Amino acid sequence: MTMQTLQSEDAGSWKDGKRRLWLMGLLWPALPLISAALALTTDIGLFWWLTPVVIYGLVPLLDRLIGEDRHNAPESMVAALENDRYYRLATYAFIPVQYLSVIGGAWLAMRGGLPALDLAGLAISVGLVSGAGINTAHELGHKRPALERWLARITLAPAAYGHFYVEHNRGHHVRVATPEDPASSRLGENFYQFLPRSVWGSLKSAWHLEKARLERNGKPVWHHSNENLQAWAMTVVLFGGLALWLGAAVLPFLLLQAVIGFSLLEVVNFLEHYGLCRQKEASGRYERCKPEHSWNSNHIVTNLMLYHLQRHSDHHANPTRRYQALRHFEQAPQLPSGYAGMIVVAMIPPLWRALMDHRVLAHYDGDVSRCNIYPPAREKLLARYGADQQTRVEA
Amino acid sequence: MERHQCNGCGYIYDEARGDIHNGYAPGTKFSALPQDWCCPDCAVREKPDFERVEGAVA
Repeated sequence: MTMQTLQSEDAGSWKDGKRRLWLMGLLWPALPLISAALALTTDIGLFWWLTPVVIYGLVPLLDRLIGEDRHNAPESMVAALENDRYYRLATYAFIPVQYLSVIGGAWLAMRGGLPALDLAGLAISVGLVSGAGINTAHELGHKRPALERWLARITLAPAAYGHFYVEHNRGHHVRVATPEDPASSRLGENFYQFLPRSVWGSLKSAWHLEKARLERNGKPVWHHSNENLQAWAMTVVLFGGLALWLGAAVLPFLLLQAVIGFSLLEVVNFLEHYGLCRQKEASGRYERCKPEHSWNSNHIVTNLMLYHLQRHSDHHANPTRRYQALRHFEQAPQLPSGYAGMIVVAMIPPLWRALMDHRVLAHYDGDVSRCNIYPPAREKLLARYGADQQTRVEA
Repeated sequence: MERHQCNGCGYIYDEARGDIHNGYAPGTKFSALPQDWCCPDCAVREKPDFERVEGAVA
C-alpha cells in the first residue's frame, strides 16, 4: 500500500505531515533503555534482545504494513523547511539518548548478575545504537555549520568510527559507484567479502586524505589538527573514562558493541550502491553522480528512523540538502523493501543475490558490462549474463 | 582575484581567501588548484563544473 503523508502539492496550504514523526528517530537509541527497564522489572531475560528484534523484525514488518511515501515537499517550500531549526534539533536530541544507552549499557554490563546470553543481547543492542549514531553523524557531518560537524564526530565516538567523517564526505562522495570506492559494493560481491574491504579501504583512504590535506598545510600527519586523530581521541576519552569508572573489564563490551555498530553502517553501505556504476566519459572523468547511482526506498518507517537516508539518490546529488527536504526521484532505482529489511537480506548472501542481481541487470537493460562488477566474479558474471565478446576481450 | 562557484551547492572558491583548512593559502589561483580538485562542501561537482562569478567580493 502507498501512504501519502503530505496532503497537498499546493505550496500555500502545504504542511509537512512528517514533521512530528521525525521524533521517531529517538526511539532507536532509546530501545536498549526500554529493553533494560522491561528485563529488570519483569525478570524476563529475552527482553535484553528487544532492540535487534525491533530493528531486524518489527521495523521491516511495519515497512511492509504501512508502505511507502513517494511525496516530495513543493520546491518553493524547501528553503523554509531547511531553515526550520526544529528539524536539526530533532537530530541533536538523538545524541544524549545515544550516550545514555551506551553509558547505561556499559554500567549494566558491569554491575554483574547478567547471564552470558542476556549480556550478548545488551552488547548487540548498544552496538545497534552506536551504528544508528553513524547515521545521525552522517546527517550532521554533511552540513556547513561547525557545530553540526563537531556533533557528528561526537556521535561517531561510541562506534570508534570517527574517520567516517573524513572518508565519507571527501572519499566516498567523490568516488561513489566506481570501482575505486571501497564503500560501494559490487555485483557478485557478498556482504562478508565487502565488509573487510570497506572497513580497511575506508580507513586507509581517510588516513591518506588527511595526510594530503596536512601536507598542503605544511604539517605532519601526526598532528593535533588531524581530523582522524581528533575523532579517534574522542573514542579513547569515552572508552578510557568508562574503564576508569567501571574497570578495564568493560573494554571487551565496548569493543564488541563498536564492531557491531560499524558493521551495521557497513551493511547499509553494502546495499546503497550494489552493482551500480558511473560510466567513464571520453575525457576520462567519471560521469557525475546521478539519481540512477544509488538504491532507494520510500518505506516510511525506516525513513523516519534513519532521517530519509533511503532517499539516497537525492542525498548523493545534493549532499548538503537537509534530511527533511530530500526528494524521491521516479528514475532512481528502488529496493524491494526498506533498508531495515534489506539489511537482513544482505546478511544472507544467496537471498541477496536472488533478490538483487536481476534488479541490477534490469537497471542496465541487461548489459552486465555497465555494472560495477566484483573482479573475482567477473568472468562468471559475463558468461552468465551474456556480455558480448568485445567486453570479454577488454576485461 | 577571481571567484568561482560550484554549480551544484553554491560554494564559492574565493582566490583572495583561498581554502586554508584544505591547504590552499589565500591568494591561491583557481587555475592553480589540482585538476582533480572537487567542491569541498558537496564533493559532487569538480573543478571543470565551477563557474566564474563576476562582481566584488562580499
